[in-house]
Amino acid sequence: MSASEITLDESVLDGAGDGPVLEVADLDVSFPSEAGRVHAVRGLTYEVARGEVLGIVGESGSGKSVSSLAVMGLLPEQARISGSIRFQGQQLLGLSDVQLSKIRGRRISMVFQDPLSALTPVYTVGDQIAEALLIHGRGRLSKAAAANRSVELLDLVGIPNAAARVKAFPHEFSGGMRQRAVIAMAIANDPDLIIADEPTTALDVTVQAQVLEVLKTAKEVTGAGIVIITHDLGVVAGFSDRLLVMYAGRAVESGNVNEVYQQPRMPYTLGLLGSLPRLDAAEKLPLVPIHGQPPSLVDLPQGCPFAPRCPLAVDDCLTAEPELSEVDSTSGHRAACIRSAELAATEAEVEDSIDGVEASNAAAIEAAVEVFGAELVEEPKAALRPRAERPVVLEVDSLVKHFAVTKGVVLKRKVGTVHAVDGVSFEVREQETLGLVGESGCGKTTTLMQILGLERPAGGSISVLGRDVSTLDGKARKAIRRDMQVVFQDPLASLDPRMPIGDVIAEPMQVHGFDATHIRKRIPELLDLVGLRAEHADRYPAEFSGGQRQRIGIARALALEPKLLVLDEPVSALDVSIQAGVINLLDKLKAELGLSYLFVAHDLSVVRHIADRVAVMYLGKIVEIGAVDAVFGEPKHPYTQALLSAIPIPDPVKERQRERIILSGDLPSPANPPSGCRFRTRCFLHATLSDSDKRKCVEVEPPRESQGDDHEVACHFARAKQVV
Amino acid sequence: MFGFLVRRLINYIVLCVVATFLSFTLSSVSFDPLSLLRQHNPPPPAATIEAKRAELHLDQPIPQRFLTWGEGVLHGDFGTTTTDHQITDELWRRVGVSLRLFLLGITIGILLGVLIGVGSAIRQYKLFDYISTFFSYVILATPVLVLGPLVKQVAQAINNATGSEWLQFTGEYSGTLDPNAGWLASFDERLRFLIVPTVTIVLGQIAYYSRYQRSAMLDVLGSDFLRTAQAKGLTRRRALFKHGLRTALIPMATLFAFGFGLLVVGGVFTETIFNWQGMGAWLVQGINDQDTNVTATVTLFVAVCVLLSGWLSDVLYALLDPRIRV
Repeated sequence: MSASEITLDESVLDGAGDGPVLEVADLDVSFPSEAGRVHAVRGLTYEVARGEVLGIVGESGSGKSVSSLAVMGLLPEQARISGSIRFQGQQLLGLSDVQLSKIRGRRISMVFQDPLSALTPVYTVGDQIAEALLIHGRGRLSKAAAANRSVELLDLVGIPNAAARVKAFPHEFSGGMRQRAVIAMAIANDPDLIIADEPTTALDVTVQAQVLEVLKTAKEVTGAGIVIITHDLGVVAGFSDRLLVMYAGRAVESGNVNEVYQQPRMPYTLGLLGSLPRLDAAEKLPLVPIHGQPPSLVDLPQGCPFAPRCPLAVDDCLTAEPELSEVDSTSGHRAACIRSAELAATEAEVEDSIDGVEASNAAAIEAAVEVFGAELVEEPKAALRPRAERPVVLEVDSLVKHFAVTKGVVLKRKVGTVHAVDGVSFEVREQETLGLVGESGCGKTTTLMQILGLERPAGGSISVLGRDVSTLDGKARKAIRRDMQVVFQDPLASLDPRMPIGDVIAEPMQVHGFDATHIRKRIPELLDLVGLRAEHADRYPAEFSGGQRQRIGIARALALEPKLLVLDEPVSALDVSIQAGVINLLDKLKAELGLSYLFVAHDLSVVRHIADRVAVMYLGKIVEIGAVDAVFGEPKHPYTQALLSAIPIPDPVKERQRERIILSGDLPSPANPPSGCRFRTRCFLHATLSDSDKRKCVEVEPPRESQGDDHEVACHFARAKQVV
Repeated sequence: MFGFLVRRLINYIVLCVVATFLSFTLSSVSFDPLSLLRQHNPPPPAATIEAKRAELHLDQPIPQRFLTWGEGVLHGDFGTTTTDHQITDELWRRVGVSLRLFLLGITIGILLGVLIGVGSAIRQYKLFDYISTFFSYVILATPVLVLGPLVKQVAQAINNATGSEWLQFTGEYSGTLDPNAGWLASFDERLRFLIVPTVTIVLGQIAYYSRYQRSAMLDVLGSDFLRTAQAKGLTRRRALFKHGLRTALIPMATLFAFGFGLLVVGGVFTETIFNWQGMGAWLVQGINDQDTNVTATVTLFVAVCVLLSGWLSDVLYALLDPRIRV
């Protein structure tokens, strides 16, 4: 079904008029809590015009989701809401649940963050979409018509074989497909406003690109205004027309998306831009860490809430909270900062000294580095011997890990094999960071677990510091563990909540038999090393913020002075402004302590920043490996190209010009991988090949072949393509 | 799924045989059905006692006795009591009594328990929640031995207040009803005797299920799919029942099934208090009479009830949750 076949409801169009679809004014939302009232949203004002995309950006706790739930009337009853929310001229605040339910889903609809839990598990996807239609079209729409329309909608959002898939239950859909189904539900009644709350946060990058594409289709089909809420400045750069930056429950900057990215007039926005690792940076740029953490919304001190973290803060900042006022009267660019004029001056100053990044907002990034005083952690390059001369600390050769799929309760029988890791080889040398990247299900975590387990692998071999793990006895294995430590993804779950952090850090040393005096001496040293204070040792993990907890995890890993650190998505659970600080810390530790990292991540921008070499995994195999600049600058495997092109860049001008490779479908099941080249079923290059070439992809598994200096690619038809 | 259920059922038959055999063995070893006979005054001649012993097969080894009894069971014959009555006739009558007593109570108990549980989850930490929580715990902490007579007292008070004898609480029927009276009169007669014990059962069931339903519902209340349903345009109430309750019922399936199976046989006290001659009362009587056949028969019935409940809970689960229908 094509977009033009969907007809808009005329009456709704007529009612819309020319005014804004949504006008939010002086919105205040507060919740009771044990510590006192939490003022989640404070005096928020914004408008969305018909067909306009407004991006709302903020970190967790900034009030961005709460404010949109207020628009939907979906806040819990204990929330106290005041101000005004007008939708097409109609006041929504104060309407009853029954009155609001006539607007929700028909004129305003919403797409939520976590597609895995957003659908009711007990009803079919088709029934849930049809429900959205039937509830607003009772009497006018028959059940059969609603069912047909559900198929059309699923087809529209790009679910293949929609007629059959409507009968599937949510658990039979992948995350990306479920998010498509939720979008289908949201556009079912041609709404005038769609609110998308972190619609792609829980998804892999290639799926994120697909879903953003679907949202664009949804916008074209319905002509609705869209509010897209995100913490990712990249996601909104190419999609939104206007941007609103929120901090501590308030709008701190708003304006045309190009202007906000190119001339941010609020230090927080500037810091956010500077804290993002750039995928498009030709050379390593310093990352701006925003020190401290967002304020508690229970009792905010007088003055600008960002002042305690702001490098430009002066005494005046603490007297009163600055209003969101115009910095450019022609464009309507607004910022809540008394020193925004000085920011403009700094940006103008650094204009000449721009180097490293070719972006439309390079000046803003330079200014961020300048203002926040970020420094690049210089590795002692001179002291570093050439790579080939450095010893190998970790060598993985043709590693294989298969899981049996069994059936039956009493008599288990094997019905299949999941090829989680299928012949993976790489090495990590001293003082080197290898980034292992790929989408969920590619086998990167299994590889990691195999390495950490120090057991004899099912196939292939693992050597740590020159010792083959299959030859180790218990004692030798324990000794090796001293030299190889791990930092986990979730900093809260990996710390025992009932242990003071001093004990957390001491534990590995106790296990390895260090004496008490040594341990007592080491704890403050380690805390200091990761940027925490020694007197924090007797506090519990719950008293720390996410970023601090991850620092504790790093301190624990460093307690035994390891040579190799295995990092499993160490920054993916952290807010952007916090993430930069942890990445800088890892950089610093590597340079100071001469560590080697095996860094597993799905965020390629972070990997580009921190890694020296990168290995890209797909369905249990490495498809491309090599020096970061080679792989990112001249990716040769179609999968790497697709992966890189899917990553949004926080630069609106560049984002709009980029050609995006959208991969079709989801990752094939690792229980039944395609023959020959495993990527061929989703490969855009494969589709363009001649029949005989195609046969080669189907029949022959491409070997990993060298494509120049430290760059290996497993593709029969490898060719470089610029995608960033 | 169908194959799975059939396999389960076959496993259960084996379990039933094992449970019944154990109970048969235990009672055969510990019971002395001839003791009553021996205590007769004047003592009966030895030949009479020997004849009784042979009649009850007490001269045979226990496994053989079990096989003899079991073979009869396969043909629908559960043997005789020590006093020479056919167990089979008695069995079906008593199963009927128990089912009449408990089916209604359990059904009402489950319905009200679910509703009250949902209600207190939705109004968490409000008056309704506090009241239902308080009464649930009071009832859960009160043994049926106390609760039954209490309900009786209340019924008596109601009778006194209305000056009638409409509510009855001993037995199933008065036996004084004209056998030619119409169905309406006999329905009324049955109802009068049923209400008080049913209320006793219902109270306990509500207290039990409402607690579980409350926590199952609370798990669902904060879920994203409930918010999606509201975002679609369902009112909160509709979303709560259509999407929330439907999902919150899944973990309750096992409780419902086993609650049913266990109550039918665990109703010893309820049956005794209200003088209903059901299965529970029979077990007590069988033990008093030192009657192996009765004890084994009731055990077999218990085993069948419990295992059928397990099977029923598998079926219920599959019906309620598409995720496990494979």
